[in-house]
Amino acid sequence: MSGVLDWLTMPQTIFFLAVTGVVFLALQVSAAVFVYAERKVAAFMQQRYGPYLVGPKGLLQPIADIVKLVFKEELRPKAADGLLFAAAPVISAIAAFAAFAPVPFGASTTFFGLLPEPMPLQVADINVAVLVIFAITSMGVYGIVLAGWASNSKYSLLGGLRSSAQMISYELAYGMSLATICMIAGSLSLREIVDAQAGYYFGVIPKWNVFVLFPTGFIAFLVFGTAGVAETNRAPFDFPEAEQELVAGYHTEYSSMKFALFFLAEYINMVTAAAVTTNLFLGGWHGPLIPEAYGWIWFLIKLFVLCFVYLWLRWTLPRFRYDQLMAFGWKLLLPLATINLLVSAAGVLYFGL
Amino acid sequence: MPIGYYLALSGVLFAIGAAGVFLRRNLITLLLSVEIMLNAVNLSFVAFGRQQGSVDGQIITFFVMTVAAAEAAVGLALVIALFRHRESLNPEAFTSLKW
Amino acid sequence: MRRGCSILGSDLILFGLFAAVAVMGSLAVIGQKNPIYSVLALILSFFGLSGLYVLLEAPFVAVVQIIIYAGAIMVLFLFVVMLLNVPREDAAEWDRTHPYYRPAPAVLGSALAAATLGLLAWAFSRTPGLGAGVADARPAASSVGQLGRVLFTDYMFAFEVTSILILIAMVGAVALARKREQ
Repeated sequence: MSGVLDWLTMPQTIFFLAVTGVVFLALQVSAAVFVYAERKVAAFMQQRYGPYLVGPKGLLQPIADIVKLVFKEELRPKAADGLLFAAAPVISAIAAFAAFAPVPFGASTTFFGLLPEPMPLQVADINVAVLVIFAITSMGVYGIVLAGWASNSKYSLLGGLRSSAQMISYELAYGMSLATICMIAGSLSLREIVDAQAGYYFGVIPKWNVFVLFPTGFIAFLVFGTAGVAETNRAPFDFPEAEQELVAGYHTEYSSMKFALFFLAEYINMVTAAAVTTNLFLGGWHGPLIPEAYGWIWFLIKLFVLCFVYLWLRWTLPRFRYDQLMAFGWKLLLPLATINLLVSAAGVLYFGL
Repeated sequence: MPIGYYLALSGVLFAIGAAGVFLRRNLITLLLSVEIMLNAVNLSFVAFGRQQGSVDGQIITFFVMTVAAAEAAVGLALVIALFRHRESLNPEAFTSLKW
Repeated sequence: MRRGCSILGSDLILFGLFAAVAVMGSLAVIGQKNPIYSVLALILSFFGLSGLYVLLEAPFVAVVQIIIYAGAIMVLFLFVVMLLNVPREDAAEWDRTHPYYRPAPAVLGSALAAATLGLLAWAFSRTPGLGAGVADARPAASSVGQLGRVLFTDYMFAFEVTSILILIAMVGAVALARKREQ
């Protein structure tokens, strides 16, 4: 037992637990922040005010939303499959939280000399991190599909079916552009991929993967970003919950905290997709001016910019038609990603990266 | 960990899969049972590969997975085609060679 | 990872845990009437197997197991089950055809499954060297680089043939599931 106690009081363990706790809380807070940001950005783009009554400039609106959701009545359709109906939002939320675990968000730090050895700012340093994230994200689809099936309602079922078809289709392009970057970096570890992006070409252009082997890195970035929007079910790919066609899609029958879990999962997925894109293509925590020890500031800046792009896309682009979505994924994105993979493979061989 | 443990587990899983194929009367569950058997074999491949310190066991696992994916795609397409004709997934509904 | 293992005592506990998940999941697959629960139970079983692959120091296989099996193949199964909407449409037939309602085939099936297990146990009892530790003799070879090198040299032919197999499966699936114009 003393072994366990020693392990628990080691600075490394405390640091690890602290990082885990901070990430867990930060993800939840980020969901609240982005709910507010989404409404403010939407209002800005539509020349409205947005929420402004609760608190200064409506800043306390997310808290009011949470309070409202907690006190709502929890409804369950009579014909619903009880077990799966309850399990679906939990699966969604767990997958969303777990997907962030292998994402590094800062350089190794000794935390002002409090730790005997530098520790990574990351929950779990896995050597196949990229694949683990891919695997966990692909589990998220079960939450949506099961919600659609268990609700026993036609809108939900259609939303669930659309979601499963969409996620499978876009996962291919997603995986192909991931493979491009992993091949160029020669690693599946996100930490190593980020570290390979330190420094500058010709002293000016940062050595980020967007600029690597131009234009293959940039094409991979575009494909990854597009597929990422589709994977997180955000507009213009928000078919599983297309309001005008499906009421609210897979979560039509959900209310109260179960609905809140889906909402939480959606925003956390957005943050995770942005964080992974930052690490893979935008140099992670590397950037000018700020010293490496405070690299997480750069990471956060890039993360917020990407998230803003997500919101921007949602409020400016109209939704695709369903057949257009499938044709876009299979006939344009997948061939583009595959050719890009082959070209960059040739590039890696030729330039010996 | 003795290798025997992994092989015993693999054998048990294979027997469960075989029992599923023998006992069940639903085409989808039959396909799922075949997947269980394939996975049981995969486990013993990886265990042997680990004991030999080689990657061959893992590579054969990849081939099994690819074949399983192909099998699932064709098998499910067959299930859909059959269901359209008989509105049933019971293999005993499909006794005539022609309809 | 290593530290976590030492905390939990040994790999044996983890092995027992993952093996239990795999076996329970598989049993649930064949014990369910509702195919959607069968599919979910199989996914659970795959997670157990994935944990076992991690214990066998094959992390790549473990992740690929989740991505391909749980993330793609099982979604396909789920999609078909939802599309056909099986359990509710012919629930009556389900009851009639469940093995417990038809004793003779069930007995025969159980006997065959027991025979499979018996045969495996018999082969087991005659095999030497089962007590040898799985990780004792040689270091693990499991890096993605090693895997790729062997896959694209020694197994090149099999790899290329697999691509043809997948193409055939794709064409076949589309041809089979397509609606015929009358």
